[in-house]
Amino acid sequence: MDLTFSDSELAFRDELRAWLAANDPGAAPRGDEDAEYAWRRDWQRRLHEGGWAGVHWPREVGGRGASLTQTAIFFEELGRAGAPLPADVLGLLLGGPTLMVWGTPEQQERYLPPILSAEEIWCQGFSEPDAGSDLAALGTRAVKDGDDWVVTGQKVWTSGAQYAKWCMLVARTDTQVAKHKGLTYFLLDMEQDAVQVRPLKQITGEAEFNELFLEEARIPDANVVGGVGNGWKVALTTLMNERAGLGFFLQVRMRQVLDQLLEEAARRGALDDPLLADRLADAHVRCETLRLLAWKGLSSIERYGQPGPEGSLTKWLWSETNQQLVQLAAEVLGPEAYEMGTSWAYELLRARGNSIEGGTTEILKNIVAERVLGLPRLRTAA
Amino acid sequence: MDFELNPDQQAIQRTARDLLAGRAAPDRVREHAEAGRTDEALWRELCELGWPGIAVAEEHGGQGLGLVELCVLAEELGRVVAPVPFLGSALAALAIQHGGDPAVQERWLPGLASGELRGALGRPGVLVPDADGADVLVLAGPRGARAVAGAEAQVTPVAAIDPTRRHARIDAPQDAGDRLDPQLVMTAGVVVAAELVGVCDRALGMTLDYVKERKQFGTPVGAFQAVQHKVAQMLLDTERARATTAFAAWAADAGDERAAEAAAMAAATAADAGLDVCNSAVQAHGGIGFTWEADVHWLLKRAHLDTALLGGGAAPRSWIAQHLAAGRTTAV
Repeated sequence: MDLTFSDSELAFRDELRAWLAANDPGAAPRGDEDAEYAWRRDWQRRLHEGGWAGVHWPREVGGRGASLTQTAIFFEELGRAGAPLPADVLGLLLGGPTLMVWGTPEQQERYLPPILSAEEIWCQGFSEPDAGSDLAALGTRAVKDGDDWVVTGQKVWTSGAQYAKWCMLVARTDTQVAKHKGLTYFLLDMEQDAVQVRPLKQITGEAEFNELFLEEARIPDANVVGGVGNGWKVALTTLMNERAGLGFFLQVRMRQVLDQLLEEAARRGALDDPLLADRLADAHVRCETLRLLAWKGLSSIERYGQPGPEGSLTKWLWSETNQQLVQLAAEVLGPEAYEMGTSWAYELLRARGNSIEGGTTEILKNIVAERVLGLPRLRTAA
Repeated sequence: MDFELNPDQQAIQRTARDLLAGRAAPDRVREHAEAGRTDEALWRELCELGWPGIAVAEEHGGQGLGLVELCVLAEELGRVVAPVPFLGSALAALAIQHGGDPAVQERWLPGLASGELRGALGRPGVLVPDADGADVLVLAGPRGARAVAGAEAQVTPVAAIDPTRRHARIDAPQDAGDRLDPQLVMTAGVVVAAELVGVCDRALGMTLDYVKERKQFGTPVGAFQAVQHKVAQMLLDTERARATTAFAAWAADAGDERAAEAAAMAAATAADAGLDVCNSAVQAHGGIGFTWEADVHWLLKRAHLDTALLGGGAAPRSWIAQHLAAGRTTAV
């Protein structure tokens, strides 16, 4: 057991810290989503020029070839420096790695470089109004027409769709087979009239996500990824990558919010109130435990090539802890935590989505029970 | 970052688990628990193997290994709820080794390491495991810790709900015995946390076996989400306790600056996990879980006493809150 970084990992971290210190992205433009997005896109360009955009991508495709540990360090440090995630986080974390597994050499050559440089932004067209946790039940149809596929349907929760050039789209190409088998994974060009993007206003009042309406949108056959009818497997590759690295960023961000709260709490004497002190200490323990579990999960992947049980537990623990944290903050801070426009009020509402987005806690518990603990599966109605 | 035990530590773990699977099988544990008796034969064997002295310096007759190794043994003994006075002796030895002056060390450590002497660690106001019959008691209070000979202390045996150990209330005159560095009391909590990790792990394992087997409404009850989610929560709680305990044991051995805080985090996490996981284990066993025969109750009882010894999750969290108020350090 050695819970320290190796010398080469420390060297990687120091190099990154020095680079981040010299390349401060500054504060986010507030209140203007387009300006903020442009700022994040510019930030990714700078990361790219510095060789930090695709840290975990292999060198052959323009990445830095970082190890899992170095990648986790990258996201921790990004969070620690208060820097934003790169604009095309979906392309870098999901789309690119999926193409590296399933894409043809031509697809990789065509699509990977503009992801790194933020020239082309990616979004993810998986969820539908009637296919959330039960993703394989999706109903968007793709029908072959000459060398093209013609796609009609509706997607939801597509973040960044208004800026995206490409959409990782899963659609049904065969209605005659079992639901998991009739799916195909496409790269959809978002720049066509048949694709309509409508912002989806969420409980915070902003619109991070969109609805996507596809009315006979066209996709060339060359944009099928991983073969017709193989979409479920390709989609799983995307989903497996969903939390890679990102968890370390979120975990550090939560730590920073807690640190801010602890400062406020100390200033207001809340740490002298035994009930609040107990809950603040609990939040601290949970935050630190989350970090330990995240690193523990990573170390078992590095050692055994597969995650231990921690891999399934961290997102669940993060969402629960973050939600408890922002509610505790509201209790400690009082009125200002409920005032629109404050970051506390925003976090209070935004955190509510944490246990729903990227896999509901209920689904995560099912996965833990069935895949980690080997409990039998209850047959549900087809 | 490497959370794995090294090959030597893995060998200790394997050997301990194999040995205890044979020597502390459920029937034998129950037999001793029902009689309220220590398993003297097993204890002698463990002493011959050097278990009580695993973390005692070689110059005092121990094996000179660290808290990580001690925690490995505590976890394995906790897993089987072994009716032996290991925890008390190990905790007393730990406190005396790290907090006592050379004369105090020389007086108690060789006997504790060999098993000739028995020890216990605790404070007035709790039931202290292995205190009944202990030769040396480490009394840990807010004003410091003292090593007191059993004969000089007031020891009132109590038949506790956990009959696998001989508990007692303890007290001693203010100036009795020898002063110890009180810092060590926190570290001792890590060993209790490790024992609770073993208890939780076993409770989870027994529960999994049961809910896969037990059928109601024509299906194994483990197929119901209400049960599945409870069991998933047991895993999360167990893994949280395991990760914080591993960090605390490592930090103590490595002399990491966060060792004290890590120990408090382990105690807080393990105390909560111990009760939550064992309560869920009994619940998931249904009516069977409430019977004497089902054996899952020994784990719950051990969890209650261990948790009380730690002061519940609240006492370590209170320490953490003070630590936070004083300006803390985190890894990132």
